[in-house]
Amino acid sequence: MEITPHWRLKKQRYNLVGETCPHCGVKLFPPRDICPECGQEAKNLYNFSGKGEVYSYTTVYDPPAGYEEYTPYTVALVKLEEGPLVTAQLTDVGQTPVEIGTPVEMVTRKLRQDGDERGLLIYGYKFRPVLERQLAQ
Amino acid sequence: MTEVVIAGIGQTPVGEHWNLSLRELTLMAIEAVQQDSVGLQPQALFVGNMLAARLSRQAHLGTLVADFAGLTGIEAVTIEAAGASGGAALRAGFTSVLSGQADVAMVVGIEKFTDQIGTSVEESLGTLSDSDYEAAQGLTSAAQAALLMRRYMHEFDAPREAFGGFPLTAHANGVGNPNAMFRKAIKAELYNRAGMVSEPLNMFDVAPNADGAAALILTRPELLPPEFPHPLVRISGSSIVTDTLALHDRPDPLSFHAARLSVERACKQAGITPQQIDLFELWDSYSIYAALSLEAAGYAVRGQGWQLARNGRISLGGELPVSTMGGLKARGNPGGASGVYQVVEAVLQLRGQAGNNQITGAKRAMVQCLGGPASTAATHVLETVS
Ligand SMILES: [Zn+2]
Repeated sequence: MEITPHWRLKKQRYNLVGETCPHCGVKLFPPRDICPECGQEAKNLYNFSGKGEVYSYTTVYDPPAGYEEYTPYTVALVKLEEGPLVTAQLTDVGQTPVEIGTPVEMVTRKLRQDGDERGLLIYGYKFRPVLERQLAQ
Repeated sequence: MTEVVIAGIGQTPVGEHWNLSLRELTLMAIEAVQQDSVGLQPQALFVGNMLAARLSRQAHLGTLVADFAGLTGIEAVTIEAAGASGGAALRAGFTSVLSGQADVAMVVGIEKFTDQIGTSVEESLGTLSDSDYEAAQGLTSAAQAALLMRRYMHEFDAPREAFGGFPLTAHANGVGNPNAMFRKAIKAELYNRAGMVSEPLNMFDVAPNADGAAALILTRPELLPPEFPHPLVRISGSSIVTDTLALHDRPDPLSFHAARLSVERACKQAGITPQQIDLFELWDSYSIYAALSLEAAGYAVRGQGWQLARNGRISLGGELPVSTMGGLKARGNPGGASGVYQVVEAVLQLRGQAGNNQITGAKRAMVQCLGGPASTAATHVLETVS
């Protein structure tokens, strides 16, 4: 059972904390410390809003170990409103058909059960469709 | 300029070898390459493999393979670059012989998938992606290809049925390859009604993971005995290029940038343009990857790679034959060995030993393998020695 890597990632998993480059202003998620745009150091923390839209999506029927109980589930590339793409599951989809361009927002959910009899649960970000009612407000 | 030639090739049938262990399967390929190269003794061994440490609980393959093949004492290491491991091992062998560090190098690709079944295989494959930010979300390799395929269809109005041209070509070519996993042609109707793996990707858009081992012997031509028994093939271009590990970190996910650069650099080294090759062994682990690889190599403009899969343009008799012995789709995809299989097959074409699949007068081939969604791209140009 690995605990340390999950603990180390909790800012990213729970709060979508990335970075912003003080030199060119680009926003980075996941954090990567060196700006891919200008090549300079980019370690200033930045809290992403968690708002974005679906860039692409699909369904997983044959999951990796630890993800069996959620199968089938939808994974997507989400385009965050600040710019970066992020790989994430979609959740709370219900009857709403997901499409490319569907507005989504970040929520925290159980990600996986570690493949271990002690069953470490890992929580982190997923995205859910934003209801039209909420969009209108 | 020093030349490096491929003096021997060996391969095992690709499939589910439940009765063979990692080391036994590897030895079969080594015995085949030793026979083909008339006993040239290597001083260095490069083993391309991506997942044995997880699937077979066995790392340290350089020594394992040297030991089991009776080569103890030589230099030997494992080379890992996900799906590009085979091409990366070839490049290591190439640079070793080119530099003179070794006179003869052996390159082996090996993957043994059937030591594990079920969800642990997908979990292992996940370690080849960005573990913290891709695999952690339950993303699988097939799902990632599906994400690319859906976005591609959306941006370029490519019909899903058009992608069927890639597996149809591969399966037609697999018929003529005695080592292929699938040796049966398929029809478009079968493709169109196949079950979905991850929409819009269906079961024929995915190359099957399988067991296999393949091997090469590299040397410099002046070191060969006189009256060497078969035509020589030289490596005229060799390149490995990296991109971001995670697909989501790219400004343009629909462009296989590393694949493009790798083709450019290998062709520049060979002094050719991509238009001057007779066949292209490309990385068709997923149909969409074949389309994106054709675009990256410059055979189609952005968004139009799928058009090449129509009207027999990439078939054996077409303008640009690809996957000539069945590709990953029909020969099967033994992970880190696939890049070595591709080279074995290209060498058969250039020697004129490809049987019913022979491309008439083939003189130059390009071979490309990819790790992940072209997170690594390894490209080689091979030519007959005149
Ligand atoms: Zn910057």
